[in-house]
Amino acid sequence: MARYPSETLKLWKKAKQLREQYYIDYARAKDKGGIRWSGSAWALDAIPEGLGTDVYLLTGEPYAASVAHDPKFNKQCLDAAEAAGFARDLCAYMRSYWGGIYINKYLWGGEFPKPDFNFQTQICCSHSKWYQHASRLEKVPEFYIDVGVGPYKDLDESRLMYVVNQGLESIEWLEKVTGRKFDDELFIKAVKNEMRSTSLWAEICTLNKAVPAPLDEKTIFSLYCLATLNKAKKWCADFYEELRDEVADRVKRGIAAVPNERCRVLSDTQPPWAFLKIFRYLEEYGAVSVGSLYTFGLEGIWETKPDGTWGPRTTPMAKGIEMNTREQAMRLYADWNLSKPQFQHFYDPRLKTEMMKTMVREWSVNGVMLHLNRGCEGLSMGIMQNRLGLAAAGIPVMTYEGNMGDDREFDLVRTQNRVDSFMETLNLKREFAHA
Amino acid sequence: MITAGIDMGSRSAKLVFVEELKVDGAPQLRWGIKGKHIMFPEDMDMDVAAEKLFTEALASAGIARDQVTKIVSTGAGGKHVKFSTGYVTEVSSGARGAVFMCPTAKTVIDVGAEEGRGVKANAEGKVVDFAGNEKCAAGAGAFAESMSRALQLSLKDFGEQSLKSDKTIPMNAQCTVFAESEVVSLIHANTPKQDIAKAVLDAVASRVCAMARRVGIEEDVILIGGMVHNVGFVQSLRTSLGVDKVVLPDMPEYVSALGAALIAQDE
Repeated sequence: MARYPSETLKLWKKAKQLREQYYIDYARAKDKGGIRWSGSAWALDAIPEGLGTDVYLLTGEPYAASVAHDPKFNKQCLDAAEAAGFARDLCAYMRSYWGGIYINKYLWGGEFPKPDFNFQTQICCSHSKWYQHASRLEKVPEFYIDVGVGPYKDLDESRLMYVVNQGLESIEWLEKVTGRKFDDELFIKAVKNEMRSTSLWAEICTLNKAVPAPLDEKTIFSLYCLATLNKAKKWCADFYEELRDEVADRVKRGIAAVPNERCRVLSDTQPPWAFLKIFRYLEEYGAVSVGSLYTFGLEGIWETKPDGTWGPRTTPMAKGIEMNTREQAMRLYADWNLSKPQFQHFYDPRLKTEMMKTMVREWSVNGVMLHLNRGCEGLSMGIMQNRLGLAAAGIPVMTYEGNMGDDREFDLVRTQNRVDSFMETLNLKREFAHA
Repeated sequence: MITAGIDMGSRSAKLVFVEELKVDGAPQLRWGIKGKHIMFPEDMDMDVAAEKLFTEALASAGIARDQVTKIVSTGAGGKHVKFSTGYVTEVSSGARGAVFMCPTAKTVIDVGAEEGRGVKANAEGKVVDFAGNEKCAAGAGAFAESMSRALQLSLKDFGEQSLKSDKTIPMNAQCTVFAESEVVSLIHANTPKQDIAKAVLDAVASRVCAMARRVGIEEDVILIGGMVHNVGFVQSLRTSLGVDKVVLPDMPEYVSALGAALIAQDE
């Protein structure tokens, strides 16, 4: 029952290729004498970029998400972590990543590629512990930058400088552990790349306000992930520029991601990666998940525009702000990262509720599906308060239980039943059933 | 017009026929229950069980098959009823049936064998919000059943025994397995069965109450599902909810089937 024209995203293949190449490049970095480092998708990627043009990063969460998509390999990893004594209620990504080290296997084949160092930020309760233990196992040096300075709305000079000074200190540490001279010019370029990537991603998400939505969230998962891989690389920013143009063109021509769109929902937190079919199941009702604070704000950097709407944060470059020195760049870079929407809910769930309410309003959302994600303590924090806040605002909301990285904790049939009930509350009947 | 609602639950299958009532030949927006039937399928073949239930129910109500214009299925196995003309979830059917039974109800608490849930419904019996237990049996009838087995009491005695106790013993109601080990510990500590029964039912009620609170408890509150028959649970729930009254409908285990039949009429 198509209501809108639909077509495949032209850049889909390129996104897949870039992702594939990223993991291969990391594994082969040593062939050409390059540097390998690891950290989370929230590590401050641009800083190690100052070490040279042959620096390759493996971000833990997207890697573990890819592992989760391969249940057989994932089980080997999770079993290994459990055999080492780690409990099942710990971060599923962390367990899977550690498991890969224990069994010494890489998802893209061969041995688990050991980094030269781990370089990490700390805001999530599991992040530092993740790389602390990985560093012990891999016997590599580690550095942590504490970014938990409170919500961005309360940022002051001392809080900002607390992060800036750690960033500057990390440069000295990087020079010491790698024996390389830090290149400020490369660092500044990387900061600009990251600002471009993350602002462009927010711009792409903003285009999804259109009805019909040019992108559905199952597709968004494959696109936002490039920023989680290495947002400070030029290829990432360039890709998002191309993508922005293609999505804008889809909006202009009224191209829908889901041709039978008649209802728009918002999801929350990482999905159960092994069961992305729940997003296809929504389509049977003509429902499209247009995004989430997770896909929009994990890497996207946003600001409130003069008209009160949410949109991509204007980069310092677009404002004509100079970035000539290491100190200057680090200051702008820290400020940029501290405004990350997904950082905010760590301080107060009400901040997340307000952002979600904004999204519901501006993205014309009919209901919200909250994933009670047992695999991520960080992003699930306060989620029931979010539920209450949304419900109090009259927004239909459902919850389902699962785990982004441990498929043993997800019940597909029960979740589909929940979706059925939720769709009924939205007065929707199934239009078709996927084969 | 006669419609049927079939609730294929995880322990039992229920069917209700509903007929549109007419006054002087004109249809009214009122319906009467034409017949009801329950069976406890022994095998897992939902399709066969549903057909058997339907055939038996037709015979017992004296209705010909072609008189039934619409059949809406619901419940855990509702999707497997091949001859149904529609399917609704037990959340919707429960709310519709409950508000039919008690038109002033705003909060529906449904505790069946497999799941407990709280539903906020509007005056038409449409679901406004809902919350249920996740992947555990605690807060559902199966939990109480398992605990009664551990105490070697029938379900009926289990509920009645609990009323004799005035003790409050905190118990884990997050996990049936852990709760059972707690029950065993209490037995070993020579705790009277009536006190253990009350502890278990208090725990189930507390879980169910927490679910209902998620959607907001607004009176009238109606309790549906098989657990209505457990007098001890009803008492514990009343205390836990802190409301003046909890409406207990007749034939509580049929309410979802009734709701499905009414939804068929609505269509």
